[in-house]
Amino acid sequence: MPNDARTSHLIEGDTGSWEIVIGLEVHAQVVSKSKLFSGASTEFGGSPNAQVSLVDAAMPGMLPVINRECVEQAVRTGLGLNAQINLVSVFDRKNYFYPDLPQGYQISQFTKPIVGEGEIVLDMGEEGEVSVGIERLHLEQDAGKSLHDQHPDHSYVDLNRSGIALMEIVSKPDLRSAEQAKVYVAKLRTILRYLGTCDGNMEEGSLRADVNVSVRKPGDELGTRCEIKNVNSIRFIGEAVDYEAARQVEILEDGGEIIQETRLFDPDAGETRSMRSKEEAHDYRYFPDPDLLPLELSQDDVERIKAELPELPDARKARFMRELALEHDVAERLVADRDVAEYFEALARGRDANLAANWITGELFGALNKLDLTIDRSPVDANQLGALLDLMDDGAVSGRTAKDVFETMLATGQPAGEIVAAQGLEQVSDTGAIEQVVDEVIAANPDQVEQVKSKPKTLGWFVGQVMQKTGGKANPQTVNDILRRKLEIGDDQDQDS
Amino acid sequence: MSDLTDLTIAEASKALSSKEISSLELTQAHLEAIGSANTALNAFVLTADEQAIEMAKASDARLTKGEGGVLEGIPIGVKDLFCTRGVRTTACSNILDGFTPTYESRVTANLWDAGAVMLGKLSCDEFAMGSSTETSCFGPCINPWRRSGTADKLVPGGSSGGSSTAVAARLCLAATATDTGGSIRQPAALTGTVGLKPTYGRCSRWGIVAFASSLDQAGPITRSVTDAAIMLSAMAGYDRRDTTSVDLPVPDYCAGLDEGIKGLKVGIPAEYRVEGMGAEVDALWQQGIEWAKQAGAEIREVSLPHTKYALPAYYIVAPAEASSNLARYDGVRYGLRVPGSDVIEMYQNTRAAGFGSEVKRRVLIGTYVLSAGYYDAYYLKAQKVRALIKRDFDRAFEDVDVLLTPTTPSPAFALGEKSGDPVEMYLNDILTVTVNMAGLPAVSIPAGLSGEGTPLGLQLIANAFDETTLLRAARALEEAAGPQPAPENWWSTTP
Repeated sequence: MPNDARTSHLIEGDTGSWEIVIGLEVHAQVVSKSKLFSGASTEFGGSPNAQVSLVDAAMPGMLPVINRECVEQAVRTGLGLNAQINLVSVFDRKNYFYPDLPQGYQISQFTKPIVGEGEIVLDMGEEGEVSVGIERLHLEQDAGKSLHDQHPDHSYVDLNRSGIALMEIVSKPDLRSAEQAKVYVAKLRTILRYLGTCDGNMEEGSLRADVNVSVRKPGDELGTRCEIKNVNSIRFIGEAVDYEAARQVEILEDGGEIIQETRLFDPDAGETRSMRSKEEAHDYRYFPDPDLLPLELSQDDVERIKAELPELPDARKARFMRELALEHDVAERLVADRDVAEYFEALARGRDANLAANWITGELFGALNKLDLTIDRSPVDANQLGALLDLMDDGAVSGRTAKDVFETMLATGQPAGEIVAAQGLEQVSDTGAIEQVVDEVIAANPDQVEQVKSKPKTLGWFVGQVMQKTGGKANPQTVNDILRRKLEIGDDQDQDS
Repeated sequence: MSDLTDLTIAEASKALSSKEISSLELTQAHLEAIGSANTALNAFVLTADEQAIEMAKASDARLTKGEGGVLEGIPIGVKDLFCTRGVRTTACSNILDGFTPTYESRVTANLWDAGAVMLGKLSCDEFAMGSSTETSCFGPCINPWRRSGTADKLVPGGSSGGSSTAVAARLCLAATATDTGGSIRQPAALTGTVGLKPTYGRCSRWGIVAFASSLDQAGPITRSVTDAAIMLSAMAGYDRRDTTSVDLPVPDYCAGLDEGIKGLKVGIPAEYRVEGMGAEVDALWQQGIEWAKQAGAEIREVSLPHTKYALPAYYIVAPAEASSNLARYDGVRYGLRVPGSDVIEMYQNTRAAGFGSEVKRRVLIGTYVLSAGYYDAYYLKAQKVRALIKRDFDRAFEDVDVLLTPTTPSPAFALGEKSGDPVEMYLNDILTVTVNMAGLPAVSIPAGLSGEGTPLGLQLIANAFDETTLLRAARALEEAAGPQPAPENWWSTTP
């Protein structure tokens, strides 16, 4: 039941329980070749002010022209969030002065956004599913960047980012814990990456969140909220929520009042600090941008974009569970990253899906973690790993040997087959040869043979001896079978039960 | 030489084609006229002598080969609101001190493509805010017309007062201008010239310093209706860089110009008989109606009931847009910067020093009407009024082809006469702003002189994108009014 997840995160205070209420405004930079209203490039990392058109620099007489590519990306995102697409939307000017805002206003969408209400379902593991409402998604321009560390008493401005398209995705105040807020952003990022509408790179600032936090006694009206601006990692979002909620509870329990304000999260100190109060808040003087006509879409455009949508994580997870019999948690881990899911699909094609999943979540993730690489940079691609799994399936290598081979593959990039051949790692499945070794071991250890009849678990000792004598190349299953037969021990499951 | 500066575009083009004159001669004659007039009239804030000579020579070369556009070799002036590549553009504001664009406005680019020669940049009210060209940072521009028997300085109207002065005083054959609330038509009326404000969206706004984006429109000031038609043919056209420009073919505005107005229905809006309108203006209006009748037009009374709300609504919408459009002049990237101890102080110092008092007044009004808590009462209501004004016109044009009104309630006034009272100044636009609020095309033509011996204008208004009918009707009235006198030359420093 979704409500369980909402009520299980209460903060216990001296005056009773408190509920945290969180809403998020996520700013996602749109993947597009050029900016929202100009032809300048959006590439990250150009030298300062190298990607600035006359429009971006707000030269006199310059006019914005809407970039259809950005509009389609917003529609695609809206569809991915199961949201209402508004066929008519309006661009407004949000007026304020800042050196990295050349026009003196940001072109945004205020009263009529391109996307209306939608929904994201969070998989909270044991808590179950939590449905989070999307209030709206609108398009707006990003600002430039002020550089304060280039000169002792001057600031510099880099306008490369000025005018790049952002999607502001606003949730309803449906989140009830730091964990849910983190999972929400992670899930949103996954969806955006599946759709290819935002690269989700929080380090480069392509995805950042404003976190609205308030607390209340369960069942009460919403409390006064504080907005924590521009939090740029999922971990920080969690820390900011926890700190802010505790701060608010403390104030309220001391008989104080929450002042509506904008706050900043300081990751080093792990705390939020006041930035400006409601009284100091800007009056943005929104009004429809007279340089731009209302943005109109046809239902045909929307249908075309809808038809081209990729399979999204929820649908993919359901399919993995339904068609490939994956466990829920395994499927969830695999679909959380589009590249991982694609890797898995390639690896599992024609192979044991669960074995493929185990190798990815175990060996591969472990290796990538150590190498600090994402899966798209993996030194071993799905085809190469598939070849290794095939060798195991053929009985040519054992699971243990395969792990060694995988290490070599990571280090050298050599194909599995070559490594196995070169190092003579082929598994011995020849019953005759193994039987001979088994006989030798049994003959040489009469005491152990006596013991194993009463304590069948000590069979493992015999397996070890045989494996040692064959240099680890014997097929362990074959060894096991032969030993049981010769020592007259039944199936191991019967013994354990 | 005086003959050369007295030519219309149509006459000059003929003489250029037949090699009677060269563009170089024509251009030099005008540069000389500017040189001897500018001290007295202050119309040009910059002359581009060398560039003009170069362009004239290039035109002559094309003319020699029998090539060239509709304005080949014709020297014109450009309102300082149009960005011109490599030529200082300031909107007559200190805040754009020394600003030289690296780009050319679409409208002027079209004119150069058609072969026109640029003489220089023309004064206007600062950021086109004004009705007298007294707010120009280069000082006031003076009307070549004087009241009979006096030497009092009169204003040439505004904001395109440099354009109207230069055309009336024969300093150029035509000039570009812009019209946000009457800034082409009112100065034309006050200087005895033809001023054409096209339909909103007919000319690209790209590269024109913005005043009020939803109202601004470029157009020409000329000495004849035919010249206005020629200029518009070159200036108009869709521009993908201005998404408010309209993708419609540009008709040949000269074709059918002389077909007359027999059978045309001319509407007379009763609401334009405003308080404070001079008796002679009313008399001229009646004269205009008579001319139309005699030319075979059918006269109809029409009603535009929301007319009286147009001016107040305009003075909410235009300042609102201006307050936002002028935010970019912040001292950060170009133009004037007056340093301060921090960035806020730098903004304050720069804008305090850079903007004149009329611009500041409108930025303040605009900021106020857009503020939280006031937006609905002012801006939103003004937009609703605007929709009603548009509806009035739509209904009127179900019955008539054009509307005929006076352009201004009174003739040219003296320098300083109204500059102390903003509302008095704003009332100059009372008969012209309605057209901007509705986005329609309108033209002012000279139709006679006031009792003081200064020009008066009649305004014709047509339905959206029907400049063809508008110009045809204007041509007919121009014909009926007969030849209009030129101002007596008192300004030349050389004989």
